[in-house]
Amino acid sequence: MQQPETTRKSTLAVDNIFLSFGGIQALKGVSLEVGEKEIVAIIGPNGAGKTSLLNSINGFYRPQKGRIFFNGLEVTNLSSHRRAQLGLARTFQNIELYTGMTTLDNLMAARHIHMKYNFLWGALYFGKAHDEEIRHRRVVEDIIDFLEMEAIRKKVVGALPYGKRKLVELGRALALEPKLLLLDEPMAGMNTEEKEDMARFILDIYEEKGIPVVLIEHDMGVVMDIADKVVVLDFGEKIADGSSKEVKSNPRVIKAYLGEEEPAQTGTKV
Amino acid sequence: MLPCGTFNETYAQDMAIVRTRLQWGLFIAVMVGVLTLPLYASGYIVSTTIATGVTLIAVLGLAIVTGYCGQFSLGQAGFIGVGAYTSAILMTRYNMPFLLAVPAAGFVSALVGLIFAVPSLRIKGFYLVMVTIGAHFIIIWTIVHLPKLTGGADGMVAPWASIGGFTFDSDIKYYYFVIPVVILMTFLAKNIGRTRAGRAFVAIRDNDLAAEVMGINLFSYKMLAFAMSAFYAGIAGALWGPFLGRISPEHFSNLVSVPLGAVWLLGMVIIGGTGSILGAVLGTLFLRVLQEIVSAMTPIVATQFPALERFAPATFGGILFGLAVIVFLIAEPRGLSHRWEIFKASYRLWPFSR
Repeated sequence: MQQPETTRKSTLAVDNIFLSFGGIQALKGVSLEVGEKEIVAIIGPNGAGKTSLLNSINGFYRPQKGRIFFNGLEVTNLSSHRRAQLGLARTFQNIELYTGMTTLDNLMAARHIHMKYNFLWGALYFGKAHDEEIRHRRVVEDIIDFLEMEAIRKKVVGALPYGKRKLVELGRALALEPKLLLLDEPMAGMNTEEKEDMARFILDIYEEKGIPVVLIEHDMGVVMDIADKVVVLDFGEKIADGSSKEVKSNPRVIKAYLGEEEPAQTGTKV
Repeated sequence: MLPCGTFNETYAQDMAIVRTRLQWGLFIAVMVGVLTLPLYASGYIVSTTIATGVTLIAVLGLAIVTGYCGQFSLGQAGFIGVGAYTSAILMTRYNMPFLLAVPAAGFVSALVGLIFAVPSLRIKGFYLVMVTIGAHFIIIWTIVHLPKLTGGADGMVAPWASIGGFTFDSDIKYYYFVIPVVILMTFLAKNIGRTRAGRAFVAIRDNDLAAEVMGINLFSYKMLAFAMSAFYAGIAGALWGPFLGRISPEHFSNLVSVPLGAVWLLGMVIIGGTGSILGAVLGTLFLRVLQEIVSAMTPIVATQFPALERFAPATFGGILFGLAVIVFLIAEPRGLSHRWEIFKASYRLWPFSR
C-alpha cells in the first residue's frame, strides 16, 4: 500500500485480503480496485474464489487479513447491513429473493434504508408514512419500468420463471440506489436472448445511472464485450488484472483455463 | 386483481385497503353489526365475542412475530399472563386507573418479550421454539413464586375496568370497551404489516441473508417483532383479566383446555394463513367457533355416551383442534386467507373462472 486509500479516486479498494476456512485457503492476498466509472469482471475456473471475494466485499465473510475500503471508508469490520446502508448492493448466484412477496414488495423492501419514518408512524399509516410510501413507490415504479417488469409487478416472485427472478433480483439491488453493484453470475442459466437483455440492462445501469459494476461471469463473450477491466482468479490468487485484451493473451490465464502448454505425455494419438 | 370497471389512477388508490364502493358498504355493515351486537344478541354471544376479541389481539401479536417475521413462538400465553398480572397488580396494589394500566401492561410485556428475544439472533427454527417454551415456563414459575405480588398459585382478583367514575361491570358494558380496542389493534397491525417494518419482517422470514444484504438490521428487527408481539399479548392479558374476574397461573398455561393457550393461538395463525392480518382474524374466528361447539357438545356427548364422559371436555377439544390443524396443513397450508383470495379472484372473473 503506497498511500492512504482515502485519497484515491476509487469506489472500491480491496487490499491484500486473506480468507481461509479451516485448512482451505479461499483467498490468498487478493487486491482489487474498482474506479468510479468502471465495469469490472471477475473470472476464473470453478473454486477459484470469485464468490468468496464478493462475499468478503459485502460482509458475509470476514477476511482474516487485509482491508476493504468503500468510497474512501474502511468497511472491513462493518456488518452486511451497514455496508448496504453505505450503498453496496449485490445479487446472488442462486437467486435469494423474498419468495413470499410480490415483485413490487421485494423492491419496496429494498427501499428500507431510504425510508425515514419509524414503525409507529407506519402503524398509523398517516401523514409522513403515507407520503413516504407513495414517494418510494414512485421510485420503485421507475425501476420496474426501467427493467420492463410491469407485467410481473404484483406476482409473487416464488412462482416466477428463473429469468424473471434474476431480473427481480437486479431490480431489488437497484432499488437500494447503490453506489456499487455486485453481480454474482447475473446470466447463469439463461438463454442467448435473456443474456442479451441482461447485458443491455447492465450497460444501461452503468451508462444511465452511472453505477460502477463488479460482476462474476462465465460467459467469456459477455465479459469481453462489456467489461472495462477483467480480474482473473485461480486457486484464491489473482493471476491477471487488466483490459480484456491483455488478459486474453496472458500466459498464466491461458494456463489456468486450458492447462499446461507442454506436449501430452500419454503418447496416444486420436 | 381489481373488480371489473375499477381502475387505479393514483398509487394511493392502489395502496388502499378498502377500495370499491361495495367494500366500503360491507365494511360499514360489519362495523355497525359488531357495534350493535349487544342490542339483539344473547348474553352468551356477547361474552363469547369479548373472549374472541381478546384472543384476536393475542393472535395478531403472534401473527406479527410468527406469521410476518417467521420466528416461531410458543410463549405467547406467558406474555398474556404478564399483561394480565401487570394490569391487575397496578390496579389493585397501586391504584392505577385502568386506562393507564392497559398500555402499561403492554409495555411491561414487551420488555419481558425483548429479554427472551435476545437469543433469536443466533437461534432459529426448532431451537427458538424451545426457547419460547422455556420463556413461558419461566414466566409462570415467576408468577407462582412471587405470592406477595401475584397471590401465587391461588391467583388474584382482577378488578372490573373503570374509567373515571364509570365501571364496566357487566359484559355488555365491557363489550363497548374491548371491541373498539380490538378494532384499533387490528388496524394498527394491518398497517404495520404493509409498511416499512412489516416488509422488513417478511424479508427476514423469507430470506434472512438477503434481508441483511439489503440493509435490514436482523437483530433489531427480530427484537422489534418479538416486542410488538409481546405488547399485543400484554394488551390482550390486561383485557382478559377483568373479563375473568380472577386470574391464576392456570389461565395462562399452554394446555389445550385453556382457550388462550399458545398452541391454540399458533393454530389460529396457521389455519388463518401466515403473513396476513385477515388470516389472523379468520383463523381466530374459526377456532373460537370450534372451541364453542366443543364446549356446547360436551354435556350432550357425556349424557348420550356415558363411556366417553371421562375423556371430555379437554380431550374432545384437543382431538378436533389437532384434526383441524392437520387438515389445513395438508389441504390448504396457506390458510383461510389464501382461500379467500382465490374466492375473490374467481368471483371477479366469473363466468370465466370455474
